[in-house]
Amino acid sequence: MKTFPLGGVHPPENKLTAGIPIRYLPIPPSVAIPVTQHIGSPSEILVKKGDMVKTGQIIAASKGFVSANIHSSVTGVVNKTDSVIDASGFRQTAVFIDTTEDEWLETIDRSSEIITEIKYSPEEIIDKCLESGIVGLGGATFPSHVKLSIPRGKRCDVLIINGVECEPYLTSDHRLMLERSEEILVGITILMKALRVTQAMIGIENNKKDAIARLTGLSGKFPGISIHGLKVKYPQGAEKQLIKALIKREVPSGRLPLDVNTVVHNVGTAFAVYEAVQKNKPLFERVVTITGKSLASPGNYFVRTGTSVRYLIEAAGGVPENTGKIISGGPMMGKAVSNADVPVVKGTSGIVLIPEEESSRSEMTPCIRCAKCVSVCPLNLEPYLLMTLSEKGEFERAVAEGITDCMECGSCSYCCPAHRPLLDYIRLGKSLAAKMARKQMVK
Amino acid sequence: MSHIIIITILSLGVLALLAAIILYFIAQKFKVYEDPRIDEIQAILPGANCGGCGFAGCRAFAEALVRAESFDGLNCPPGGADVMAEAARLLGKEAPEVDPLVAVLKCNGRPEYRPLTSFYDGVPDCRIAHSLYLGETDCSYGCLGKGDCVRACPFDAMYMNSETGLPEIIDDKCVACGNCVKACPRNLIELRKKARKDRKIYVACSNCDRGGPARRACRVACIACMKCVKVCKFDAITVENYLAYIDSFKCTLCRKCVAECPTGSILEFNFPPRKPAAEVTSQTIKVNPEV
Amino acid sequence: MSNLLKVSLSPHIHGKETTRKLMHGVIIALMPAFLASVFFFGYGAIIVTTVSVASCVLFEYLIVRFVFKKTLTINDGSAFLTGLLLAFNLPSNIPVLIIVIGSFVSIAVAKMTFGGLGNNPFNPALVGRVFMLISFPVQMTSWPVPAGFQTGYSDAVTGATPLAIIKEGIKNGEPVSQLMSQIPPPSQMFLGDIGGSMGEVSAFFLILGFIWLLYKKIITWHIPLSIILTIIVFTGTFWLINPEKYADPLFHILAGGVLLGAIYMATDYVTSPMNPKAMLIYGCGIGVLTSVIRIWGAYPEGVSFAILIMNAFVPLMNRYIKPKRFGEEIKNG
Repeated sequence: MKTFPLGGVHPPENKLTAGIPIRYLPIPPSVAIPVTQHIGSPSEILVKKGDMVKTGQIIAASKGFVSANIHSSVTGVVNKTDSVIDASGFRQTAVFIDTTEDEWLETIDRSSEIITEIKYSPEEIIDKCLESGIVGLGGATFPSHVKLSIPRGKRCDVLIINGVECEPYLTSDHRLMLERSEEILVGITILMKALRVTQAMIGIENNKKDAIARLTGLSGKFPGISIHGLKVKYPQGAEKQLIKALIKREVPSGRLPLDVNTVVHNVGTAFAVYEAVQKNKPLFERVVTITGKSLASPGNYFVRTGTSVRYLIEAAGGVPENTGKIISGGPMMGKAVSNADVPVVKGTSGIVLIPEEESSRSEMTPCIRCAKCVSVCPLNLEPYLLMTLSEKGEFERAVAEGITDCMECGSCSYCCPAHRPLLDYIRLGKSLAAKMARKQMVK
Repeated sequence: MSHIIIITILSLGVLALLAAIILYFIAQKFKVYEDPRIDEIQAILPGANCGGCGFAGCRAFAEALVRAESFDGLNCPPGGADVMAEAARLLGKEAPEVDPLVAVLKCNGRPEYRPLTSFYDGVPDCRIAHSLYLGETDCSYGCLGKGDCVRACPFDAMYMNSETGLPEIIDDKCVACGNCVKACPRNLIELRKKARKDRKIYVACSNCDRGGPARRACRVACIACMKCVKVCKFDAITVENYLAYIDSFKCTLCRKCVAECPTGSILEFNFPPRKPAAEVTSQTIKVNPEV
Repeated sequence: MSNLLKVSLSPHIHGKETTRKLMHGVIIALMPAFLASVFFFGYGAIIVTTVSVASCVLFEYLIVRFVFKKTLTINDGSAFLTGLLLAFNLPSNIPVLIIVIGSFVSIAVAKMTFGGLGNNPFNPALVGRVFMLISFPVQMTSWPVPAGFQTGYSDAVTGATPLAIIKEGIKNGEPVSQLMSQIPPPSQMFLGDIGGSMGEVSAFFLILGFIWLLYKKIITWHIPLSIILTIIVFTGTFWLINPEKYADPLFHILAGGVLLGAIYMATDYVTSPMNPKAMLIYGCGIGVLTSVIRIWGAYPEGVSFAILIMNAFVPLMNRYIKPKRFGEEIKNG
């Protein structure tokens, strides 16, 4: 069974919602759609107060290279554009829409028929992704059209599809692979066509045997696509780790997968691409896992972007009394939100409610130099050292020790027996080191 | 028996002598010439190595002083005018007059004014809290209260007030070295001109949001109503980015703006009580209306 | 909202491991060897262990409480472990006062002067032991002959350890084959029915503990195996050259403190390197130094010195021997 060679941890899986089919969340009375749902610069708002918008209508246009269009997820009247605290913890601009009767744009094909025939050229596919505001749905929200346009001089020979979902609790990709298997496979074929590759590999962790079996059964109809079971280990879903596990290529530090002739897309993205290309449906809803040990009815939902997390939790039985933390994303890499009114965005793969008794951090004790952080680091960094260096402000040496390579998977903090906040300081060091580097560039 | 002792003493003595001679020659060979005045100047500097002068410690500052053509722009904040005058006398130069400064915190977000909206459970480090999110309150500009400035202070001039959750500056100990200014990730600490009897008037707010959101996050936030600007006769107050600022070099400490501020974000310290007591009470009611 | 949500950086879950659990794991791993030493040396083993552990914990408590003025570290089990390891390195008939002095050196000098747990450059138990060995050479090298509960404590019959017999014999020019007849056969040495420090004698039970430590992932194989292999290769080479002048590698592994040192002392988290590559070098260094001291040195046993010497190199190794990072670009590429 394949896996990545270095480090990794095995957090308890807690996939409570693995067996619960995806349902459609009712449309909330109002939504707040942030204009930054992707990495890169905020999109430019195209609507103003009082405008009528239809579901799927573009409300903010991509501005700059690494940016994406944003579409209305509901039909209704624009109430205001104001700031909202989003899952990142900071304020940002959002379009507030009061919903009325749900009415989709006429161009969107709402039939359930699966269209397998691809009648578009690679350029047309990329254009459609750009138009539909497709971003990487694994969490990084990198605009997909950028990833599909291979720059001159680069080459891609294999497309890797990430169906690993190594975060505990989350099951949105798992359910999607089970319930929309054929759509995903068509989506992958579209991606392959856009990238002009003949081979695609889907990596799925072995705790999702049903998804592996279902996709393998269907893959006969789709030439070039192979499904690979992977040994369960966190953080297998990290791009570089997945590439290493599947095709044994090592992405050099500071480089992109394209430098080893491959491109990685998430299964959710493949589904979104299918819908965008074959059904003309822009990206305005996604599967979100809402889960937690004390939640009354955890589940997987198709949620319109801009829906408040509180509304989603209400649908799953309301906020339990003992909730200590609400996490947007998985418990290993997700962000704890400061209030439940943050909107669901394109990158929200799940909402996890952690009970009070599990939410507190333990008191930090002295480092006993057990080297566990070194042995679990999937990048073979030395977290204990990086933490000390950034605590002491020695950023230059921290950069020399590879602090900028850290992908913040959290394995070091997870396993530290002294409960040291390794990643907290490494993140700090990373951001300050980047700031320092920028300053030097300016000079 | 005795000859053993004699031999031991002799041999050790010879060894010691040899080592001393070698050391002497090596010391001579690698001797670095340094201006003796550097030592003299260093001796009169406070020796706290606080970095308030902008140099890496007192020694570096002493070197800079000795090398400098004139003392313009060179100042030792903890030492103050006395030390600079002494250094100037030793080096035969003129020490420019520098106003003594003192640090103030431009935030008054006590819990009773600025309600908590979440609980930060991470490392008690302002830089980390700042990079993570808005903070425990809805004010994204205000004090995070994790004490980075207190830890940065080399003179024990700051402490965390457990009641207000804000750092307090002890005016008598503060030498305006500026370490806290650098430590604060939200730039809340400002060095202001020290006035007679430590009197201070300043805008204790750094919120650059518009009036509405600022006020919702904190009752004593500056809402940029411009009243203080209008009442100030000395052009000391400006409003930029929805935030008032009082220039401490222009301010004459007339206290008019304090009474005028509708939210109470302008604070006064170390003043005698105002004469008409009735006015004060009416002001305080205005200052803190129930939200 | 009365119930405020907690906010912190990811990860939001934590593994179940704690410093305390790791320390307790090592203590559990040492239990079989402890019982074996009680079986071989009787009451003496219990007295020595109790005094050593109690005084180490007490000194740690006093220093943390009255010098550091903190309320911490005493229940993490590290002082208990130091005491236990110190006891394992002592003969079972050593006077109580000497143990207390040794514990003081271990905790107060070797550990607390550097700032307590996690900061000491040298293994505290070994510093204590070496201090005692140099200060009280007679008491530290009169080894009771194992006789179960008949051994007694202050009036134990003492005899030389196998290592001392070989060392003395070789010095006097006797051939090794003849000396070997004076010491117990390997099977007896493997079980631990020989003279020596109370915890080091039973190879079998020490290896049992090693398996437990590996199973619990408390330590990795790198340090113990590299030490043992280096000793086998080093002493084996000389044994092959002249079996009449040098003892065989099996004897070197089973006699003295190699196993105790390799499995429990050299792997001490605080004083061992932080990455596998450095761990292997560290282990080889200990192996070579141990063999060198045993073959040519003044002392019959060299494990403690070897570990302490290599401890001194650990910061250097951590600084310069780095693991190969993922995706690290090769310089000439």
